[in-house]
Amino acid sequence: MRSSRLTFVGAAVAALALASVSACSSSGGGSGSDGSSSSDGGSSAEQVEITLLTDDAESTLPQVDAVIAAFEAKYPNITVKATTRPGGSDGDNLVKTKLATGEMEDVFWYNSGSLLAALDPANTLVPLDGTDAIANTNESFFPSVTVDGKIYGAPWGDAMGGGILYNKEVYADLGLEIPKTWDEFAANNEVIKAAGITPVLGSFADTWTTQLFVLGDFCNVAAAEPDWATKYTANQVNYADDPVALRGFEKTAAPYENGWLNSDAGSMTFDQAMAALAAGDAAQYPQLTFPVGSLSAEDGAKIGFFGIPGDDAAKACGTIWMPSGQYIPAASEHIAEAEQFVAFVASPEGVAAMYEAVPPTGPSLVNGVTTPDSAYPVVDDIKAYIDGNNSAALEFLSPIKGPSLEQITTAVEGGQTSAADGAAQYDADVVKQAKQLGLEGW
Amino acid sequence: MSTSSRPSTARSAGPRDTTGSGRPGPARGRASFLRKTTMRTYSYWFYAPAGLVYTVIFVVPTVVSFYFAFTRWTLFESEWIGLDNFKQFFSEQQLRQSLWNTLFYATFTSGMKVVLGMIFAVVLTSALRSRGLLRSLVFFPVLVSVVAVGITWRVLLNPRTGIVNEVLSWFGITGPDWVGNPSTALLSVGIADVWAGVGLATVIYIAGLMSIPREYYEAAEVDGASGWKQFWGITLPLARPATFTVIILSLIGGLRRFDLIWTMTGGGPGFASDTIASVIYKQYQAGFYGLSTAGNVVLFILVAVIILPLNSFLRSKEVDL
Repeated sequence: MRSSRLTFVGAAVAALALASVSACSSSGGGSGSDGSSSSDGGSSAEQVEITLLTDDAESTLPQVDAVIAAFEAKYPNITVKATTRPGGSDGDNLVKTKLATGEMEDVFWYNSGSLLAALDPANTLVPLDGTDAIANTNESFFPSVTVDGKIYGAPWGDAMGGGILYNKEVYADLGLEIPKTWDEFAANNEVIKAAGITPVLGSFADTWTTQLFVLGDFCNVAAAEPDWATKYTANQVNYADDPVALRGFEKTAAPYENGWLNSDAGSMTFDQAMAALAAGDAAQYPQLTFPVGSLSAEDGAKIGFFGIPGDDAAKACGTIWMPSGQYIPAASEHIAEAEQFVAFVASPEGVAAMYEAVPPTGPSLVNGVTTPDSAYPVVDDIKAYIDGNNSAALEFLSPIKGPSLEQITTAVEGGQTSAADGAAQYDADVVKQAKQLGLEGW
Repeated sequence: MSTSSRPSTARSAGPRDTTGSGRPGPARGRASFLRKTTMRTYSYWFYAPAGLVYTVIFVVPTVVSFYFAFTRWTLFESEWIGLDNFKQFFSEQQLRQSLWNTLFYATFTSGMKVVLGMIFAVVLTSALRSRGLLRSLVFFPVLVSVVAVGITWRVLLNPRTGIVNEVLSWFGITGPDWVGNPSTALLSVGIADVWAGVGLATVIYIAGLMSIPREYYEAAEVDGASGWKQFWGITLPLARPATFTVIILSLIGGLRRFDLIWTMTGGGPGFASDTIASVIYKQYQAGFYGLSTAGNVVLFILVAVIILPLNSFLRSKEVDL
């Protein structure tokens, strides 16, 4: 009797052990390679390897390969090893953790604006003021990478528009015009729907993609109230109580309420949505302009951009995103080489190398760069807004961005939460971020 | 799991059921005597290596986390803010929903594992051709990384291209957008969880069933008991230790399940499949380290409050063979 009991106990223990082993194996896959220091016993002792962390967007990777090849050709003594991270809040988490534990790559590419402010740059990053790294950078980029008076980043990639990407062929076939007001937008959607085409794409599997109706609507908010961002930072205005700002959440809810949304929005991914837009299965996708770069030249030429429509046709505007930044962590052991690489990426030479791989989807903020003929036509749409009515996105004007916005907007866009509730939830979410940053007035 | 620490007198309650099958034999007195001597024979120093590991990777972080739960923490510096983190955590977006989700998820997966695990175990201990192969097949999902399970199931459940809805469409059923629909998202993750975890429950049950002496069945057959009666009167009560182990393990697993939920839905769509573990992770992800530590303390207490009474209740119901 006793022995059979022990058999059972033994089996249970063995089962537990197995369970913990499989648990380990599932959690171990995270961090990529941490650059093995290059001590190849050869005579060229100056050979240095630096590491680079970038996002894993389909349009980013060819640019990374191209710019590294050009850099290594110019500086044969430096090799660059690139690894990727996910986008969205998973990526934010990885970047913060790597910085906190001192394991960040020698150079990393990451958002400028409020997300940079959340990295505590004074303690974690190398300031680049006065270095060659930012010698070619357009001055208009600096405010988005400046924290407490110091510049921490050089640009990579292009300026972006944030609003609606639309399929020009669908628009032409249905005889539609670019909407200048929300009512025109709604009327267009009814025509598109009647033609059996999805008017508005949602891609909730990549939650960050659901924020655009709120974030892209900011130029309309700024047009109505020019110092809204300053007041927002000081906790004097919020989304729920400001009827103009609340419109962003109402616009998020509109596609579901009116039946404009694709039926499989719940599990569609960002990549699938871009493919559906290019194929003409859907007419419009609220998105930034950079993913146009992941399409072929032929497909990319079909895609145009317009800002989130407001209520006044005369004030139709676009919300503009700054390029992302390149940063060097203070814990890097190769700061000099890292600066050389950053300077190269943010130089006309580096930009030209990246344009070879992926034609631009927006204007560059590196001085001396000319937009090549191969550029996607969407660049012209963005330039039209830059020359006309525009505002920088809120995240470049205020350090506050609540971390749960993407889940809240997903719930609003999917019809689970009302626009007013979503706005109130976001206002509460923002309080946490402001407190963590130690801002005054919160 | 539990044999050594309890005084043997406590389990002399014997079987509660009235079937009369499991009368305790006279061997029990000797067994408890043996157990006492073996306990005395071995030195407590044998515990030291495991105890050290346990202290370093469990006790110390747990105690430290109780401190950081009361601070605003940036990993570099921390500021004491009293109970603010707990206030914030309990006012967290849809925390009530995620608490309910956690309980639902744990109960659903645990219940399914008990029922299915028992069925599989009974089938797989019977005289069956290719029994070994079937046992391996049932256990196989346990060996697969949970993240891989999550990604695979997300592909299978895709509303347009997934196999599940494809098969359903053969029968004229239009399947839902499993993980994309708020009302089915958590259930879909639960089904994947049962698929991945039922093998473990089966193994525990098989061990439990094999430890039931054949004599009881033989005696029952002589008395003319049907197969169903044998299951109900012998197998079920005498497999209780296994049942309780499965319940406790899968309930704890379900309460703190995170990896599968995160890979399949990320707590979404929106907040529809958020559990406490995913809410905690989101705080950590956002850099609110103190707040997420406070959430972990809450989860720790919740698990303890549910499991400890349940455990002692189940123990009191155990029968000795």
